[in-house]
Amino acid sequence: MNGKGKQASHLTNERINRDLLGPVLATSWRFYVLIAVSGSIVAWALFAWGWQLYWGIGVTGKRRPEFWALYITNFVFWIGISHAGTLISAILRVMGAEWRRPVTRCAEAITVFALLIGSMFPIIHLGRAWLFYWLAPYPNERLLWPNYRSPLMWDFFAINAYLTGSLIYLFLPLIPDLALVRDKATGWRRQMYAVLSLGWRGTETQWHRLEKAVSIMAIIIIPVAVSVHTIVSWDFAMTLNPMWKSTIFGPYFVVGAIFSGIAALILAMAVLRRVLHLEAYLQHKHFSNLALLLLTMCLLWFYFTFAEYLTAWYGNEPAEMAVFWSKVRGSYSPLFYTMVCCCFVIPVPILAFRRLRRIPLVAFASALICVGMWLERFLIVVPTLAHPRLPYNWRGYRPTWVELSITAGTFAYFTLLYALFTKAFPIIAVWEFKEGLRHESAAQAKSEAVPVIAD
Amino acid sequence: MPQWGMVIDLDKCTGCEACVVACRTENNIPIAGEEQSATGRQINWIRVERYWEGEYPNIKARFLPVLCQHCDAAPCEPVCPVYATHHTPEGLSAMIYNRCVGTRFCANNCPYTVRFFNFYKPAWDAPLERALNPEVSVRANGVMEKCTFCVQRIEQAKINAAGEKRAVRDGEVQPACVQSCPTTAMYFGDLSDPESEVSRKAESGRAFHLLGELGTKPRVIYLKEADER
Repeated sequence: MNGKGKQASHLTNERINRDLLGPVLATSWRFYVLIAVSGSIVAWALFAWGWQLYWGIGVTGKRRPEFWALYITNFVFWIGISHAGTLISAILRVMGAEWRRPVTRCAEAITVFALLIGSMFPIIHLGRAWLFYWLAPYPNERLLWPNYRSPLMWDFFAINAYLTGSLIYLFLPLIPDLALVRDKATGWRRQMYAVLSLGWRGTETQWHRLEKAVSIMAIIIIPVAVSVHTIVSWDFAMTLNPMWKSTIFGPYFVVGAIFSGIAALILAMAVLRRVLHLEAYLQHKHFSNLALLLLTMCLLWFYFTFAEYLTAWYGNEPAEMAVFWSKVRGSYSPLFYTMVCCCFVIPVPILAFRRLRRIPLVAFASALICVGMWLERFLIVVPTLAHPRLPYNWRGYRPTWVELSITAGTFAYFTLLYALFTKAFPIIAVWEFKEGLRHESAAQAKSEAVPVIAD
Repeated sequence: MPQWGMVIDLDKCTGCEACVVACRTENNIPIAGEEQSATGRQINWIRVERYWEGEYPNIKARFLPVLCQHCDAAPCEPVCPVYATHHTPEGLSAMIYNRCVGTRFCANNCPYTVRFFNFYKPAWDAPLERALNPEVSVRANGVMEKCTFCVQRIEQAKINAAGEKRAVRDGEVQPACVQSCPTTAMYFGDLSDPESEVSRKAESGRAFHLLGELGTKPRVIYLKEADER
């Protein structure tokens, strides 16, 4: 029927266990180099943040009127990346797409780590970061309460809900694999995995409950994910500011988030495939299918961007036009056209033509999209703030080493967390993959037998 | 209860910036220094915006003193996640410095760009740090601040009036900017009292609101004669 059956049929259980559990059970020197390099960048970023905490927000490039800049850009970007995972994996699971099996876990891990990083930024960005917990509604003797009318409060709750949901959704399908690693590991690691696998024995009842729980979570997580980026967009759309107060910002941000999320997923998969030698599992078909999904989001993103700019331009309101022209032919235009090239002009042919839709090229297009979508977030945040309604207050923005270090640090932190994750847990869901093979062979044999999975 | 408001007569404003200086002295506004001011970190609760109109030789300088408009429908207020900015019953848009965590959302949503952030620990060149006004709190690093309509003077006037068992008289409260305007281009008073000077001035055909089309219901009313064209 398709390529996978033929290619994968020679994968025995032993080989699958060896390939997929290999990174967990053995470690090469390159892993330590990666940890050292990304760890030092993270340490540098922590120093930069300490510097900022000590001196004040003045050590960043922020000024009046750019009260928000790189941190909020990173916030929106990383929350966007977090839509890779859970949403893609949940949608594919709900739709019963068989090819999802080797993809879901790397996607879900991206979600959790990107969310952890994204949700740090509103705190890093605070003038008095040590008081961030004042946003939480907790009983206190002064009877102070947060303001539920503020979109930042909505953010606080939406992100917490999404993070909790994504963690559960990542953990549930991990349980059988944790049990598998438990049975193969020795010493303290065996004990750790024994605790983490929650006494999984692979009985019929346990499988039944697990599958039920996973499918419930998959359905719940979709509206949560959509609401999260909608609410992030409302941080902007609820204001009075030119080119922020837009009714389509909700869907525009969600589309952009899924777009950049899929790109990040493809990039991560391409790296994993090469580094962990997963060529037999992450095949051309997976990249091709995801590339088509990416193409769809690419076109949708372009449609929204076009609609957004066209209506601003046609309306011709002076305050909006100041922002519009600063992006289209003013000081932000180099970034604007880089964004259009990275997000649309270059990726579309690569993703659209079957001959170009090869893994290295698709990964290249995905990298461009990640860059382009970061620029898109920047171009939403900064030019509007740089052009307030009273033109006397217009001013440019330039980031400082502190903001750049912290930005670089988050990318290193993501790499670090992801590398540690692949070391601690199988990055491809072993049991789901095996289940897929059984389904396939069962379908080929036209057999009605129920496959036994837990070996 | 009085409803405080201000009238600024642009036809009388010469752009001398005495209001700016008076405000700094009254309200303990820190000195940002030359370098920081150049990057946009200076704090001026009131500023005089200068615009050029027309082309040489038919060019005109326009001066527009801009301070917090104390909007009745203030866009800055609902967006604060911790209620650090709120509206008082007397119509002031008030800041609770101690409650501010520094999200700066209020500043982004102010169409008049009159909210200021303390990017560093506030500092004064010696000996100015000994000349701070004891009636006004010094704001901490990392919090927002803005014009208060000199709330300390309003409160003092209310105390004085209560001591003499009378209401606050029209013109009794004068914020520092109003007090120091050499051309008396600024007026302050109770907008709910139809006999007050600000109420009568606000009735003028020359009256308008800055960015009135946004519907923020400002408490500052500007007066300007339409130019003959």
